[in-house]
Formats: sequence, structure tokens, C-alpha cells
Amino acid sequence: MSWIDIGHISDIPLHGARVVKTPVGCVALFRTGEAEVLAADDRCPHKGGPLSEGIVHGQSVTCPLHNWVFDLNTGVAQGADAGRIETYPLHIKAGRLLIDGAAVGKRSAA
Amino acid sequence: MTQKLVIIGAGMASGRVIEQLLDADPSAYDITLFNAEPRGNYNRIMLSPVLSGDKTYEDIVTHSDDWYEQNGVTCRFGEHVVKFDRELKVVEGENGHVPYDKLIIATGSAPFIIPVPGHDLPGVITYRDLDDTNAMIEAAAKGGKAVVIGGGLLGLEAAAGLSERGMDVTVLHLMGHLMERQLDEAAGYLLREDLEARGITVKTQASTKAILGEGRAGAVLLESGETLGADLVVMAVGIRPETRLANDAHLTVARGIEVNAQMQTSDPDIYAVGECVEFDGHLFGLVAPLYDQAKVLADSLLDQPNAFAVKELATKLKVTGCDLFSAGDFAEGDGREDIVFRDPARGIYKRLVIEDDRLVGAVMYGDTADGSWFFGLIQGGTDISRMRETLIFGPAFQGGASADPLSAVAALPPEAEICGCNGVCKGQITSAIEGGATDLGAIRAQTKASASCGTCTGLVEQLLSVTLGDDYAVPQAQPVCGCTSHTHEDVRRLIKSQELKSQAAVWQELGWTTPNGCHVCRPAVNYYLLADWPLEYRDDPQSRFVNERKHANIQKDGTFSVVPRMWGGITTPDELRAIADAADKYDVPTVKVTGGQRIDLLGVKGEDLPGIWSDLNRAGLVSGHAYSKGLRTVKTCVGTDHCRFGTQDSTGLGIKLEQHLWGSWTPHKLKLAVSGCPRNCAEATCKDIGVVCVDSGYEIHVGGAAGMEIKGTELLCKVESEDEAIEVISAMTQIYRENAKYLDRIYKWLAKVGLDWIKEQIVDDLENRKALADRFTLSQSIYRKDPWAEHAQDSTTRVQYAPLANLTLEAAE
Ligand SMILES: Cc1cc2nc3c(=O)[nH]c(=O)nc-3n(C[C@H](O)[C@H](O)[C@H](O)COP(=O)(O)OP(=O)(O)OC[C@H]3O[C@@H](n4cnc5c(N)ncnc54)[C@H](O)[C@@H]3O)c2cc1C
Ligand code: SF4
Ligand code: FES
Repeated sequence: MSWIDIGHISDIPLHGARVVKTPVGCVALFRTGEAEVLAADDRCPHKGGPLSEGIVHGQSVTCPLHNWVFDLNTGVAQGADAGRIETYPLHIKAGRLLIDGAAVGKRSAA
Repeated sequence: MTQKLVIIGAGMASGRVIEQLLDADPSAYDITLFNAEPRGNYNRIMLSPVLSGDKTYEDIVTHSDDWYEQNGVTCRFGEHVVKFDRELKVVEGENGHVPYDKLIIATGSAPFIIPVPGHDLPGVITYRDLDDTNAMIEAAAKGGKAVVIGGGLLGLEAAAGLSERGMDVTVLHLMGHLMERQLDEAAGYLLREDLEARGITVKTQASTKAILGEGRAGAVLLESGETLGADLVVMAVGIRPETRLANDAHLTVARGIEVNAQMQTSDPDIYAVGECVEFDGHLFGLVAPLYDQAKVLADSLLDQPNAFAVKELATKLKVTGCDLFSAGDFAEGDGREDIVFRDPARGIYKRLVIEDDRLVGAVMYGDTADGSWFFGLIQGGTDISRMRETLIFGPAFQGGASADPLSAVAALPPEAEICGCNGVCKGQITSAIEGGATDLGAIRAQTKASASCGTCTGLVEQLLSVTLGDDYAVPQAQPVCGCTSHTHEDVRRLIKSQELKSQAAVWQELGWTTPNGCHVCRPAVNYYLLADWPLEYRDDPQSRFVNERKHANIQKDGTFSVVPRMWGGITTPDELRAIADAADKYDVPTVKVTGGQRIDLLGVKGEDLPGIWSDLNRAGLVSGHAYSKGLRTVKTCVGTDHCRFGTQDSTGLGIKLEQHLWGSWTPHKLKLAVSGCPRNCAEATCKDIGVVCVDSGYEIHVGGAAGMEIKGTELLCKVESEDEAIEVISAMTQIYRENAKYLDRIYKWLAKVGLDWIKEQIVDDLENRKALADRFTLSQSIYRKDPWAEHAQDSTTRVQYAPLANLTLEAAE
């Protein structure tokens, strides 16, 4: 794994989200708690809604376009809807957010 | 590739097709939906409860404007399709063409009108849609006599509704007994007794010769020579498939549009569904088979194999107190045997028709509790030879089960059909219950059982109590969402009485079952807190829907629309230049004039929002809150400034009102208008709050709507000065802010609390009016500000609009 520093946890509002552009597409970072950030695809599998614009609750997000709800741990859509978004490993070290470069399609620098 | 699907007719059949399609593959088709009625899909079969006053139109809407919008269905409501061209593959509506790859004809049927003299007089109504229903309600308000021609399902429901509304009703029926297609003579007789007991006169073997009247229906003349006075005549003698468009386009049409088992017409790109079709010699007039057709049609459109087949049908009459049930074929015939049970004292009649040890028909009157069990036996072709002796007593007497009312339901086999409209059987419902659907709402959402005509609601509730035992209590009111058992009203009350001033306090004190709510309750609770505690609570952007967090409307492709405010609809060349420059600079693809007298810039990228806002701010333009549950626009006419009819400065008052109210959050959007005289060019009487200026002052109207629902306002009061008008309107806004349920427009809330209550609070009680207006002003001291300027100028907020990092760029370095 190759960890890339992409910012500080305080750059993301509590229960909010920010986007990182990566070679595999936009990845959304959801701040689900004071010291908890989960990373997943920004794109809703239903009709491409921007999940980073959704309402974050518990460890889930609701898509702003048609209210599909995704569990951000597993990426699986909840309730009657069927679908899944990719989730990505993320570390928080002294407040810095580190994302796994390999998982988001960056070849390791070495 | 997405194909273009055009649908003619937004009725019950096509509504189900759209649901099935969106469920299976939402991106397969780009849907355009025409409807001659100026509204979308509603539960037509529930018009009878609307007529009798048990339900309102809102209760029976199945697809709201929001639903269509959220699902990307382009709606052309209130527009007749004139014709379609099979060669060019275009559909021609009254307002323009739409090309199609696939076309669905779902035009339903048209009421049959007996062509007797006078059939076209005003005062003669058919019974098909909401407008007919409203026309009957309006006529009934004047009282008097009604004659209903036709003693079938529709006619009797109309008769019962009109009699409920106080009219003196006579039903004329051509045949020897009522509902002869569904009932035998004995049941028809009991039905007649019941109807007569409630004051309805029934005349059978009555043939109509003419409708008499000068300029308006006044009486009905029978072949027998008898004349019946009639202030209202309802014709409910049958329906015929609406096939005109198909005929004109030379599709194969017999009585209905002919379709194959895939619901395809003689043109392979054109499908038909619903009452307008004919399949294998059959026509359809009940929703259950239409829903089967809809499923097949959706599958056909997605290239899934499926085939429609005609099934037995069951009928009920939706007239309270007339409990009847009929299913299958009950004609007498060779080799057929009847089992009959009668209890004259209680008015009960049951008849079962048996052929070759199978039940083929059932008619019941007075006690229909076992109807679905019998219907299940008919559909399943079950061998009944072993229970023949006790069959008529129903499931409770089979297999030694006790006579407990619930045991009848418990005894039903899993494949027994519970909801006839939607073809849902017991097994589907019990597995939904076992999967966690523990109330009626959840069962409706998951299985659609009891979601159409509602006659099976009792059965579904019994299934809930059989399956859940004591855990099921018939629910009182709907909770806000799955996170709590409190209703909106309770939450509002408790926030005030327990002085809960933060979200955390609400979650904790009111026992929320989730850590911090969900997308349904959080926006509501955030609103309640900021409305009740403007000084103590701070608005939480993360509890807002994206539009209100980003102060722009998200579009289906993820871009946004930007609408600057134009106070009272007034603008200047400089403002227009600034808007034009911004549109150029940010490559805005569409610039549109809105219905609220301002300009919409559509298709702005999320990252560009702070930039375009700063540019617009520089020209003095601020957010129009076109995205908010808050004040939208104050529409005005030109009033005394230019108009020769104007009585007051309507534009000036509009601007003052908009400047006073803008920025405030309300339970739902708030639209105002001010007209300079009763000619009402600003359409003030369909707004949430409207002012109509008159010579002697200002009439203040409230509770209008002009969306899916069209509703005229009600007059709240009349005042003499502008200042008073502004105070009343502030107080009105505040009382709505403090009391209404989140997402109730004023008219909905008004229907719950009543106009009289509001008059007491803000017209009669001057002190209270002032206190409300003062609280509004206090709240405005926090919220009356331009969110665009705030977001664009504050560097920490501004960066939120850009990505946190860009890992695609580094690769190029
Ligand atoms: C009062 C009443 C009570 C009923 N009760 C029951 C009941 O208890 N149980 C039951 O099973 N059934 C009942 N029915 C029957 C049931 O409502 C119908 O079978 C069903 O609505 C038919 O659905 P549909 O989609 O084929 O047609 P509809 O629901 O009639 O929809 C057709 C739509 O197409 C539109 N349209 C027609 N021509 C055009 C055109 N050229 N351009 C654009 N739009 C067009 C019409 O305006 C209409 O909105 C009842 C019907 C009524 C009227
Ligand atoms: S509402 Fe009256 S005053 Fe206003 S423009 Fe129309 S006619 Fe003139
Ligand atoms: S795009 Fe996400 S729910 Fe439809």
C-alpha cells in the first residue's frame, strides 16, 4: 500500500463531505464523526448522483437525487434498493488524512 | 443507449408501468408522459371516497410532482395528444411534437353516454375523473335532486356519495336487479334493500327516454312516461375503450386496441395497456388485470420474457354499509351445483357455485370476511370434495380450527390472494412482516398490498396481528421516520415545552434510535430548532438538503441553477448586463425566465458557484433562494405606476414585502404576490399569501396553491394601510413557521388548523399579531442576509466548493 496525504480532517465539516479527484474517478470523503472519515465513490450507481452532496447520518449517506442510502463501511445500498459503491482504505494520523494510492489507481512512487 | 419512451395517458395502468420500469432499470428509457387531465397519476378507484367526503384528493395522489421530477419523467399534463405518426415516429401533443422509439397508449376508457335528447345539457355529468367528482361535489352543495342513470359499480358509488352529501337520489337501472354482472338476484335484492334503507330510491327496468330542461337539466323522462325531477343527472351506464388515436393511426382495433400477450399492438414499437386494450376477446374494467398487464409491458420493454394471461376477478363495492363480494363465474349451468346459506335476520346471503369438485364462483352479501379465502380456492382450482359439507362456513370451520376471527386469516394458504388490486398473496405479506415490515405503511411500501383501493386493509392488519402477536398494536399516527416513534407534531411540541435547543438534545431526550437521525428527520428537526430558538440554535448546513446547503438547485446531471433575486420582479439594464456577462463567463448553457418574474441560469458547475455569485454580488444582485423552503418570490403587477386600473402601488408593496421577508426559513416554500386591483394580473389568489389591492385598502389572502394541486386562496382579512398589510403578513408567516409540520405548504397546514383559528390569532388578537410580527423580525435579524455573499467571501466556506485534492494532476508532473 502507498499512503498519500490528501488533507486535514478539519477540512471536512462534521457530517459533511469533500471530494478528491483520482484516476479512478471522484472519491468522496465523508466525515461521519469527530475523528472518523470514510472514503467511497462519489458517484451513485442509480443515476450518478453526487454522494458527497448528500446528507451524512450515522455511517451512511443518502444520495441527494433520489434518496438511496449507502452504508459507507460496506458500500452496499440499504433497504429495497440494490447497488454498491466502492469503498477505499483511509487512515487518519495526527489529523492528517491518508488515502491508499494503490486503491485509487495511482502507481506507487517507488 | 437510452431510448425515448412516450406514454399517452397518465392513469393507473401506465403509472404502474413506469414504476415497474424504474424499479427494474431506471436508465433504460427517457420517459415523456402525456395526460389530458391537468395532473399526474392518482388512485382513480378512490374517487368514490373523495366524493363521499371520506378522503381528499391529496390522500389519493399516487405520484406527486416531486416523484416525477425525482425520477426524471418529463410531464406534459393538461395536454391532449392529437395524433401520432408511425412512419416518422413522433407523437403530436397540443403543444408540440415528441419523437419516440417506443410508444405506449394508455388512454383508458371514456364513459358511455346514451344519446338520448338532452344528454348534452349542462347538469349532466359522467363519472370518470377528478373533475367529474368535483363537479358532483359542487352540485351536491346546492342540495336538491339527483338522478343516477346506471345501477352498476360506478353508478351506485356515485349515488351513495351524493346521498351522503345530502342529495335526494334516485338510481335508474335498465336491468331487473342491481349490479347484474357481479351479483345474482338474491344479492342484488339485499343490496337494493340496504340502499333504500339509506334513503336512495332504486328503479329497476327503467329506461331513459330523454333529459328535459331549458338550458340546463331539470328532469329525466322515462320510457314509461314517468318524469323525475333532477337538478343533477349522472350517467354511469358503462365505458368504452378510448381507441380514437389508435384508430386514426390504423392500428388493429376491435372493441379495444388489440394486443398480444406481450402487450404489443399491431405495430411492434407501439404497446397498449389498461382499459383501452382488447386481449383475446377480453376487455378490462378493474385494476387487478391492468397491474398484471403493466408488469408484462415493463418486462417486454426490457426484453424480458413474460406473458399476460386473463385471470378470475373479484369485485367489491366501496359503499360503507353495503358489504358485498363477488368472484368468478356464478351463472347456473349443467353440472353446476349451488351451496347457499341465508340468514334473513342479519341480511346475510352466500352462494357458492361448484363444478367438478372445484369452486368456480362465489357471491356474498352482508358478511364477506371469507371472500378472499373463497377467491383463493377459485383461482387455485383447489379440490374441495373433502370440505364440501362445511365449505360455506368458511376457513374457520375447516380442519378443526377454532372459530376465532383471526384463525380464518391464519388458515389461509400462503398463495391465497390478499390484495386483489395488486395481486399480492399472503405469503408475500408474511415474509415482508418477518423481514421487519411491522406496520401498514411498511407493508404498503414493500409489497403494495392495500395500497390501491384499500378494501384489504383489514386483512393485512389481521395478518400483522397473527404474525406479530401482541407486538402489533394498530398504529395511531405516523412517526417522523424510522428513527423515532414521535410524530412531527409531538416533536415540535416537545422541542418547545422541554426547551430542547440542540440536535443532540432532541436525539437524547426524545429517545432517537439512531446516533444522529437520517435524511428524513434531520432537516425537519434542524428547521424546528431554528424556527423556535433563533438566537440559541445555529442552523446546521449538514442537516440540509444539498440545495439549501449549496444555495443553488441541483440538476439531474449534478450541475446547479443560479437565480438572483429581482425585487418584486423589477430589474435594471445594469443588472441584466451583469447576468448576461455571468452567463457568458461561466458558459451557462440555458438562461430561462421563471414563473416568479426572474431569471434562471441553469447548468452552472458546482465549483463555479462562488465565482458566479461574487460577480453577481458586485452588480448588487443577491440570492433569490429559488432553492429554499423559505421565501421565494413576491410577484407583482405594475399597479398605479402604469396601469389604468391600478388602485394602489402594488409593485412598491411587493418590493417592501420581499425585502422584509427574504432569507427567512419556513416549513415549505413560500410564494407571495401583490395585484393592483381585483383583475389580479399577478395571480395573487393562488399563492401561499396574496394581496389584492382595492380602492379602500388591501385584501390579504392565504392558502393558495398552483402546482399539482390548484387551490384558490381564502380571504384572511382586509386592512387599510401598507404597514398593517406588512404586519399581518409577517405575523402570518411567523405563525406558520412556529406551528406547521415540516414540508406542509400553508394550504395543507391550514386544512388542519382551520382558517378561523388563524383569524383569531392574527386578525382579532392585535396584541398577538404584534408579538408574532416582532418574533419574525427578531428571527430576521439573524437570517435576513445574502448566503451567496457569505459563502463567496468566507475563504473557509469557499474552498468547500472545490475538491480537497486532485490526484489526477500529480501523475502528469
Ligand atoms: C369512480 C370509479 C371507481 C372505480 N372503482 C374501482 C374499484 O373499486 N376497483 C377496480 O378494480 N376498479 C375500479 N375502477 C376502474 C379503474 O379505475 C380503471 O380500471 C383504471 O383506472 C383504468 O386505468 P387506465 O390506466 O387504463 O385508464 P385511466 O386511469 O382512465 O387513465 C387514462 C388517462 O389517459 C388520459 N388520456 C386519454 N386520452 C388521452 C389523449 N388523447 N392524450 C392524453 N391523455 C389522454 C386520460 O385523461 C386519463 O387520465 C373505478 C373507476 C372509477 C371511475
Ligand atoms: S391587477 Fe389591476 S392594477 Fe394590476 S396590472 Fe392588472 S389590471 Fe392593472
Ligand atoms: S442517483 Fe443516487 S439515488 Fe438516484
